[in-house]
Amino acid sequence: MRRSMLFIPGNTPNLLMNGDVLGSDAIILDLEDAVSPAEKDSARILVRNALKHLHYKGCEIIIRINPVDTEYWQKDLEEVIPLKPNLIMPPKVSCAQDVKTVSDYIAKLEEKCGFEKNTVKLIPLIETAMGVENAFQIAGADERVAAMFLGGEDLTADLRCKRTKEGNEIFYARTRLVCAARACGIDVYDTPFTDVDDLDGLYKDAQFAKSLGFTGKASISPRHVEGINEVFSPTQAEIDYAHEVMETIRIAKEQGKGVVSLRGKMIDAPIVERARQVIEMEKAMFGGVEDDE
Amino acid sequence: MSKLVESIKEAIKLCGLKDGMTISFHHHMRNGDFVLNMVMDAIAEMGIKDLTVNASSVFDVHEPLIGHIKNGVVTGLECNYMGAKVGKAICEGILEKPVIFRTHGGRPSDMEKGTSVIDVAFIAAPTADDMGNCTGKFGPSACGSIGYAFADAMNAKKVVVITDNLVEYPLADFSIPEVYVDYVVAVDQIGDPSGIVSGTTKITRDPVGLKMASYAAKVIEASGLLKDGFSFQTGAGGATLAAAKYIKEMMLEKNIKGSYGMGGITAYMVDMLEAGCFKALLDVQCFDLDAVRSIRSNPKHMEVSATQYAGVSGKSAGVDNLDVVLLGATQVDLDFNVNVHTDSNGYIMGGSGGHSDTAAGSKLAIIIAPLTRARLPLVVDRCLCKSTPGSTIDVVVTQRGIAVNTKYGKNADLKEKLIAAKLPVCEIEDLKKMAEELAGVPKPVKLTDRVVANVIYRDGTLLDTIKAVK
Amino acid sequence: MKITANAVAGTLESSDVYVKVEPCDTLEIEIESVVYNQFADDIKASVKEVLDELGVESGRISINDKGAIDCVIQARVETAIKRAGGNK
Repeated sequence: MRRSMLFIPGNTPNLLMNGDVLGSDAIILDLEDAVSPAEKDSARILVRNALKHLHYKGCEIIIRINPVDTEYWQKDLEEVIPLKPNLIMPPKVSCAQDVKTVSDYIAKLEEKCGFEKNTVKLIPLIETAMGVENAFQIAGADERVAAMFLGGEDLTADLRCKRTKEGNEIFYARTRLVCAARACGIDVYDTPFTDVDDLDGLYKDAQFAKSLGFTGKASISPRHVEGINEVFSPTQAEIDYAHEVMETIRIAKEQGKGVVSLRGKMIDAPIVERARQVIEMEKAMFGGVEDDE
Repeated sequence: MSKLVESIKEAIKLCGLKDGMTISFHHHMRNGDFVLNMVMDAIAEMGIKDLTVNASSVFDVHEPLIGHIKNGVVTGLECNYMGAKVGKAICEGILEKPVIFRTHGGRPSDMEKGTSVIDVAFIAAPTADDMGNCTGKFGPSACGSIGYAFADAMNAKKVVVITDNLVEYPLADFSIPEVYVDYVVAVDQIGDPSGIVSGTTKITRDPVGLKMASYAAKVIEASGLLKDGFSFQTGAGGATLAAAKYIKEMMLEKNIKGSYGMGGITAYMVDMLEAGCFKALLDVQCFDLDAVRSIRSNPKHMEVSATQYAGVSGKSAGVDNLDVVLLGATQVDLDFNVNVHTDSNGYIMGGSGGHSDTAAGSKLAIIIAPLTRARLPLVVDRCLCKSTPGSTIDVVVTQRGIAVNTKYGKNADLKEKLIAAKLPVCEIEDLKKMAEELAGVPKPVKLTDRVVANVIYRDGTLLDTIKAVK
Repeated sequence: MKITANAVAGTLESSDVYVKVEPCDTLEIEIESVVYNQFADDIKASVKEVLDELGVESGRISINDKGAIDCVIQARVETAIKRAGGNK
């Protein structure tokens, strides 16, 4: 369960060392845009060593590899897959085949490492017009696909329009991605808000994304993490209700009851699932902090 | 009548400066100060030797002091802060007599009690008249407050005002009145105001620094002290300034009307004053030119003497009513003692300044520092130098955990409050462990037995000694 | 792996390390570090471990360390050696 995902440049030791203290539910260790072509080798070795030696307590690990049309992506996977990151983020995914290509290569590496198949999940980054149009096929392309992520910057370049704070130009892409992801039963993450100093703007943008159905939002600045977490966290009333649901279910099970209701409303499977998700969110709500207990 | 004399040398001669005496300086021009070097050069040329220099702070710009020590002009050095250049030379043992380190509050109090006797005080004055009324608020070299110089002026046997902006008598809005001044000297330039802005006076953009700042702000909020009448001091460091910004945001959001901000004043404190967060600023020195502009034009931005800021010889001082102070540290030990005098290799590169004064006076003294710096852990078994006693420190904030000091029978309720606020509260030992797991265990540095500096606490007692580095 | 060319890796930023490797008949390791007094032995051990792993027996390895932790030092040394061995 992620509300926030924070990008960390893959070749900066000081940030890699502290990636897990910045409050985000997941960190994206970036081998793509944050790393110049001349340093691709250096960054992937550094990220691999960081995964091997640092704990990253209470923080999900996502590795953004290089796109499949470059010479780097396979080497990226070779270095990081043996360290079992939670998710791989392939960028510029435009069709189901892109996902298959990456997934097949991960499968080979998993086998080599003796991992169970589909240990490492995928979160394709959709940032081309073609990717948006193929979103449903991409979301359902492979069992590994656990979520999708919209990249607004590259997308607007592809659309030949200007990226604005209001985001009207990506409205279609946002709703399209949410719909495709939900149709396939996976999570979906919104593009970062790029004005680092505009915290009010971030807040509005995140609230809008939540209203559209996004699971969470990525960030390029640690300053945005708190706002994103706040927006995508369940309210106290929702948390209380979720606990009530789970408690009611537990008691019903003890008593051997099949059909259960809470305050006159029948508790069906989707309500239980939603309650479970809320409780999971609640646990994640204070980032890495609770993990120290 | 006029007290104006031809030159610095003439003033020195008229003061009757002789071998073995003690002279004093103040540091409001910070790393842009020319006066200490000018006076020392004049003294050296006049052949006077065996002097003790009592400067409120010694900066890197004062590197020529090393030469004056080597050729015997200076044989004693007393200060509250020492930059790395002179600090390194001292740790290599160039001075026979140990340096005396005091605090910003202890220095004027020792002068007032008579335990520190100044024969001649030299006051760098950005504006003065020929009778010695002087101020730092105006003039081409304006530095704002000259709060540390008050004690020198009031207690030295002879007082020389050195200015590069001589105005017609009487200077209106003076800081130090003519009654204390013996001689006035006009020179071309007393300093470079751009050097006033030394050290870190900008908010950090480093994510780790911002994280610590946000934790520190939340600690203050959770402590319950952030309410109407709030008084606050912060040093000039990237992370502490960021914390000040977060506190300002909280105060504005909750419409909290604070009482006073104090200390070395930066643009950020001025900003808080102008935004209505405080009724007044109590300014003992300006850390940047925005602060200089403010103290000149805003009557709520008040100049205070070091005694009023942090002293122990007055009937009260500003630090006594301080709610919260945010402080830095190079090392903190398991008893919460703090080192701000030496680096991790044992070389002097700082000093108490107002660190231990404000820690002692405030209700909540917060240390804010990263868990490791360039692989070296913040928390150690024993500090290389005890600059501020652990009994006066309340909380240590790092990016990976917040340790509350409950070792001296206090702060149990504070700890509960921080836990209730879901802050990552841990033990000081945990901070040490986390750093060592991440970065490894450093080998202890080897020091000699030779004492190169004595660290005197604000009450005049010996707190610790600094040993020469091997 | 043999060091056949000059190569560098890393930066001089705080918490990073700048590594230079050059061909040399013998094995020479030079260490400069802001934490030399505290960590010189650890740094040397880290470098050696990588050299052993990659089978490097000769070369001049110069380390200019700005307080990097072990896994960073090892990553930079490995990168430099791979670059110097014609391994892109």
